[in-house]
Amino acid sequence: MTSSEMAVRSRVRDFLSEAVGQDTLDDETDIFETGVVTSLFAMELVLYVESAFGITVENDDIDLENFSSIQNVANFVESKLG
Amino acid sequence: MDDFRTFADEVVAPRAAGMDLAGRLDESVVRALAEQQWMGACITSEHGGTPLPPLQLGALCEELGRVCSATRSLLTVHSMAAVAIERWGTRDQRDRLLPTMARGSAITAFALTEPGVGSDASAVESTLRTEGADVIVSGSKRWVTAGLRADWLLVIARAEKGPTAVLVPTDARGLSLTPVELPLGLRGASLAHVEMEGVRVPADSVVGKPGAGVSHVASTALDHGRFTVAWGCVGMARGCLEASADHAGQRSQYGELLGSRQLVRSTLGMMATDVCLARHQCEEAARLRTSKSPAALIETVRAKYAAARIVERVAADAVQLHGSAGCASGHVVERHYRDAKVMQIIEGTQGLLSLTLGEHALRRSRPANASAASAQ
Repeated sequence: MTSSEMAVRSRVRDFLSEAVGQDTLDDETDIFETGVVTSLFAMELVLYVESAFGITVENDDIDLENFSSIQNVANFVESKLG
Repeated sequence: MDDFRTFADEVVAPRAAGMDLAGRLDESVVRALAEQQWMGACITSEHGGTPLPPLQLGALCEELGRVCSATRSLLTVHSMAAVAIERWGTRDQRDRLLPTMARGSAITAFALTEPGVGSDASAVESTLRTEGADVIVSGSKRWVTAGLRADWLLVIARAEKGPTAVLVPTDARGLSLTPVELPLGLRGASLAHVEMEGVRVPADSVVGKPGAGVSHVASTALDHGRFTVAWGCVGMARGCLEASADHAGQRSQYGELLGSRQLVRSTLGMMATDVCLARHQCEEAARLRTSKSPAALIETVRAKYAAARIVERVAADAVQLHGSAGCASGHVVERHYRDAKVMQIIEGTQGLLSLTLGEHALRRSRPANASAASAQ
């Protein structure tokens, strides 16, 4: 993993850990299965990645898989950053 | 901001009581909003809109809400659909619809609530199935603001992949509109119940990804709706305060002006403070929306919750201060009193929003509280 990828993962980890209220959120944990996400969470996550990383989430990107874990969100952001 | 106030006073206020009594939006008000280019207030200039920054949009909603919640609600639902289409629609949908919506030549409303579905939006029962190059929409929608006036409905229905948004013209075969008779509030908002029996529209009428109709499309629309409703509540509360202060400064009992009485002054003081509190929360939401902060979502929830909570008690105090005059049909405080309760139900009930705020507070405090937050 490059330092840039590590930085992205770290930032995503910080955001998601705070969002679900768990300090020790595992990178592979499915956050939707934790049952702690609110009804706003889907859009909060979209707005976060867009504002934090300067990317645009398109219709085709709306896939539960892209946003289901720290690892998947980080991978998704990396793919948008090219 | 002065333009907003002048428009509200000169164009909307004289017609507000009439719209409330008739159960319909006044077409001259709809035209006037379009002439001001405010039907495009939430549409980008790329698509023919004249976008207002969040604080200015809030000010417009405040002034409209001060005199007429029905008029403000037309702007709310039309722009809810607009922001959803702009955010999640295809290029073709945006190019085809948004310019006509910006001009006000096409009015769009939002159809989510059903006889058996309210707060639990993801449980929509209306159906959407694919048939060749078309989709077929069937089901019932309730309490559609401006439904009787709209040219298009942004409908949330259940497709194979889950809740899905689709644009349906109100003149489609199989779609019928029924006026909502004498609702508690928003009587002038052309409210409609909608029945759709095998309504056929082209498949490219689907907005956003199938299955993302509630999580993303409706969520985008509702977030915007909450923001404009919150500011509308500030306007309603301010309208109640101004009317009450005027009344207290003119009406005498026992040889003295009401405004000279301690109880009246105390009540006016509390009302004025409440208006400020509601506005400050709305301004915070506007600031975060301007900077596109993710925190804007929860602070907009807070603004709507707070403003709706405040306007109910301010309106009640206003009616009380006015005495029997405040109970007269056609009086602004009488109308705001009824409309205030509706503000606590639409765009997320007070109960639902308080739960969302509570869950957010728990998660932001200590990680250990996350397990408490998830307990049902």
